[in-house]
Amino acid sequence: MPERELKRKPTADRRADEQIDDLPQSTESGTRIKAELDDLLDEIDDVLETNAEDFVKSYVQKGGE
Amino acid sequence: MVVPKICGIETEYGIIVRGAEGTNPVSASSTLVNAYVESLARSDAPSQPPPVRWDFEDESPGNDARGHVTRATYAPEVETHLVNAVLVNGSRYYVDHAHPELATPECRTALDVLRYDLAGEQILIESMAQARGWLAPDLEIVVYKNNSDGKGQSYGCHENYLLDRSLPFGQLVTAATAHFVSRAIYCGAGKVGAESPGGRADDECFQITQRADFFEEPVGLETTLRRPIVNTRDEPHADATRFRRLHVIIGDANMSEIATLLKVGTTALWFAAVEAGRADRTFTFADPVAAFRAVSRDLSLAVPLQLDDGSTITALDLQWELLRMCTEHAELDGLDAVGADVGDEVLQRWEYVLNTLEADPMRLADQVDWIAKYRLVSAYRDRHHLPWGDARLRAMDLQYHDLRPERSLARRIGLATRIDPADVAAAVRRPPVDTRAWFRGECLRRFADQIVSANWDSLVFDTGAKSLQRVPMMDPSKGTRDQVGALLDGCADSAELVAALRA
Repeated sequence: MPERELKRKPTADRRADEQIDDLPQSTESGTRIKAELDDLLDEIDDVLETNAEDFVKSYVQKGGE
Repeated sequence: MVVPKICGIETEYGIIVRGAEGTNPVSASSTLVNAYVESLARSDAPSQPPPVRWDFEDESPGNDARGHVTRATYAPEVETHLVNAVLVNGSRYYVDHAHPELATPECRTALDVLRYDLAGEQILIESMAQARGWLAPDLEIVVYKNNSDGKGQSYGCHENYLLDRSLPFGQLVTAATAHFVSRAIYCGAGKVGAESPGGRADDECFQITQRADFFEEPVGLETTLRRPIVNTRDEPHADATRFRRLHVIIGDANMSEIATLLKVGTTALWFAAVEAGRADRTFTFADPVAAFRAVSRDLSLAVPLQLDDGSTITALDLQWELLRMCTEHAELDGLDAVGADVGDEVLQRWEYVLNTLEADPMRLADQVDWIAKYRLVSAYRDRHHLPWGDARLRAMDLQYHDLRPERSLARRIGLATRIDPADVAAAVRRPPVDTRAWFRGECLRRFADQIVSANWDSLVFDTGAKSLQRVPMMDPSKGTRDQVGALLDGCADSAELVAALRA
């Protein structure tokens, strides 16, 4: 039997709020992005292509691979 | 037998020329790659020598792993030989069909693949900047790290894994299909709408993958038509009696570093477990193509996938089973084949991501591309009361993958990162130290003016002798810094190197 048991959570208390332990993680962006979603939506019209319709229409690629 | 899971990624980028109508994507791609390569040649830095051309000798993309050679099916897709450079970090940078493409060097771990994939992004970003000098001031070349134009045209992000040739191919197909179809729940890059090959199929939906719409066969040789879930191109770029290179064409290009790490890390681990004989359960889909499409369309992650024994399983439950077998493999056989530390990290991240997908997928909006994109696009959609087919949502989908730092929505979101930017910068200039890519990259850095051509498994030197000298590199694990570093340091030129290698 493997010594390391998978920590699959029972459905009742499946909460993914614990951080991954012992893992290198250089940003804590999980919490940051939540707070910033509203800000991001506020500024997104400035970042988006000015004419979305034309941009989408003109984004034409040849098949690759 | 478990062989080291040497791996790499080849990414074809979408490309447009802003400010121009009806531009030729082949010349745009050539301009982009040439602008970068020329900038290296102009540079005074000794670490950036003039470009060396790619050597096409021995390439055989028409060889089929099922045992036959089918030139006829390959004939229409001969690669563009126009622009082809080998870089000092061991990468290949070139124009393939109508796209710029960057293939990472051979890497020993998924973490190194991530590092060199990010280095590739930096090379494309620098190329866009350099190309501005080649174009009229009102024109700009922009590249996108995605896989579809939203109108039925797709281009790939391929992975490669070194496998033991003695693993029966049929067994490999079954194992690979189970993972490729189900890993999409954390590897998918997300897409607004649906396509069919050559056209647009549906506006009113959001999909987990960019690519599922384009896959039509369970197994096959093609990559541009009737795309197969398992590609049979049998071109090992190594000793074909010992090795197989599995060419994986099903994946999405990822913006999230964690997604790239998981995509390559779980796949390498699973193949190692299969080679070790730890696949104690097999899962055969009744219809793999239908299963892949169902996974892509099911944001609830609950759709039952039909197996050929009459039972069903969800992608999530299937992933738990693969993780269980990989964990047993790690316990019983160790993780040397995938790099012990990286293998352990991948196992932990894999488990975390499956638990979180079950509990609350939106908590992965900083790690999983389709979730990050879905969260952003659907919030914008709610705020402005838009239908899914609105051009603004499709524009956001494309712009998620825009490589220009100031325009990239993926970058704006603030995805979790794993690699220090300084390490990415170093990976632009230096090859990985523990595969044959080290020998390739270092020879290029030191003796570029004496190298006639290079490819994955050989270098051709002009040492000044009567004939050109080809140095074969048939084992991807050999040619590391530990093995040939001192030897290279002791050689003043390529003639001494060739003599020393033959001694």
